Amino acid sequence: MKNKYSIFSLIKNAFSYHENWQRAWRDPEPKKEYDAIIIGGGGHGLATAFYLAKKHNITNIAVIEKGWIGGGNTGRNTTIIRSNYLWDASAGLYDHALKIWEGLSQELNYNIMFSQRGVMNLAHNLQDVRDLKRRTHANRLNGIDAVWLNTEEVKEFCPIINTSPYIRYPVLGGTLQRRAGTARHDAVAWGYARGASAMGVDIIQNCEVKGIKKNGDRVEGIETTKGFIKTKKIGVVAAGHSSVIANMVDLKLPLESKPLQALVSEPVKPIIDTVVMSNAVHAYVSQSDKGELVIGAGTDAYVSYTQRGSHDVVEGTLKAILELYPIFSRMKMLRQWGGIVDICPDASPIISKTHIKGLYFNCGWGTGGFKATPGSGDLFAHTIANDEPHKLNADFNINRFVSGDLVDEHGAAAVAH
Amino acid sequence: MFLINCPYCGQRDQSEFSAGGEAHIVRPKQPTELSDDQWAEYLFMRKNIKGVQFERWNHTHGCRKWFNMVRDTSNDKIHAIYKMGEKPPIK
Repeated sequence: MKNKYSIFSLIKNAFSYHENWQRAWRDPEPKKEYDAIIIGGGGHGLATAFYLAKKHNITNIAVIEKGWIGGGNTGRNTTIIRSNYLWDASAGLYDHALKIWEGLSQELNYNIMFSQRGVMNLAHNLQDVRDLKRRTHANRLNGIDAVWLNTEEVKEFCPIINTSPYIRYPVLGGTLQRRAGTARHDAVAWGYARGASAMGVDIIQNCEVKGIKKNGDRVEGIETTKGFIKTKKIGVVAAGHSSVIANMVDLKLPLESKPLQALVSEPVKPIIDTVVMSNAVHAYVSQSDKGELVIGAGTDAYVSYTQRGSHDVVEGTLKAILELYPIFSRMKMLRQWGGIVDICPDASPIISKTHIKGLYFNCGWGTGGFKATPGSGDLFAHTIANDEPHKLNADFNINRFVSGDLVDEHGAAAVAH
Repeated sequence: MFLINCPYCGQRDQSEFSAGGEAHIVRPKQPTELSDDQWAEYLFMRKNIKGVQFERWNHTHGCRKWFNMVRDTSNDKIHAIYKMGEKPPIK
């Protein structure tokens, strides 16, 4: 990295009216051959390339991206980061990521605006209370910070919540993970891209993968819109389009791709300084540094790659938001969008080798992949470099659907990611 | 979000229906003789096609009957709807 970002570089560039900042990453043409190719230039793919270069000394890598860096789900999510998952395997995976998040701005020399403002999960019925208390205990046994709050403590922590016992789904309490929070999603992609590029990784944008060439049971390279590129190792991190890539080699994955929606309001002064999620009524909200309310809605219940999502899903979410936060009743929504998420039957990801030698998949993150970005990249890089999973992602192999050792987070954790 | 022409009730809003996933996956005739791999294939593995896909739908908030649909998942355009047990009208 030629230019280190610091207060001094900021002052220096102020004198030239900020017109001479160096490009953050190179824009090369693809070489004929790479040691490894990552398909998908989102946060997870760029993080994979970054850690392959940084920790495993594999720098002759290309990241192939159909669109532009961070233009997919990395730039479409609600930026929530937490690790309060129920099962040991998930707790290990997501807390590994959270620990990397805590030092990531320094590691990347890029301000990813990581803010540990806490994530609160609300309980609205007796079963919610039991489930969330159980999860709090499970978290603490795994060394993950979690506390149970009663209704008064919820109100104290986030005063704008309507805790009246007379609403349709009253707030009976909630859990709080104080280490959880948010980060600037675009900055995560840009920071990883800059860091990877500086170590020699080629980031090839506007280049679509058209096919994967195999020789026997081994990969040989990929066909792209910029020609054939040879390689022995391919890591696929294509999120909602993972099945599209898998179908190129007649590999079936246990995935269904669905549109997940989010929306933001007009910007207002600070009103909510934490992230509040409600699983039962499916509403979650935080406030961006620009002042917009960031609201996450649910997925459409059918397979679709349309990147927009249905109106009735948004309507359902906003009804719940309004009952919980009557103060938002006159807010205007500015933008709404959808991203395609790949959902596994057990709502846990796949970070795994496949039966095809040299072909690796990192997919199935479903509705909650952003929070795992650094951990996912680190563990996937380990899996590709050593042709073996790390112990933290060993349980997330593709064979769990054959053996039955599912990591069943559906309905078990706070699944409204 | 789109309109679906239920073969029994006529055109209704998609929110009245539930998607039942990929169609024409036949339940194994001899379940006891299946290997774990074959069970995984039947239970979990899906083509998850971007493009024209054959799928099952149920008119949950209407007649509650199942039927099949041919839909392009890249633009949600419906190409054909046919009853359970009928041959797909297009390939």
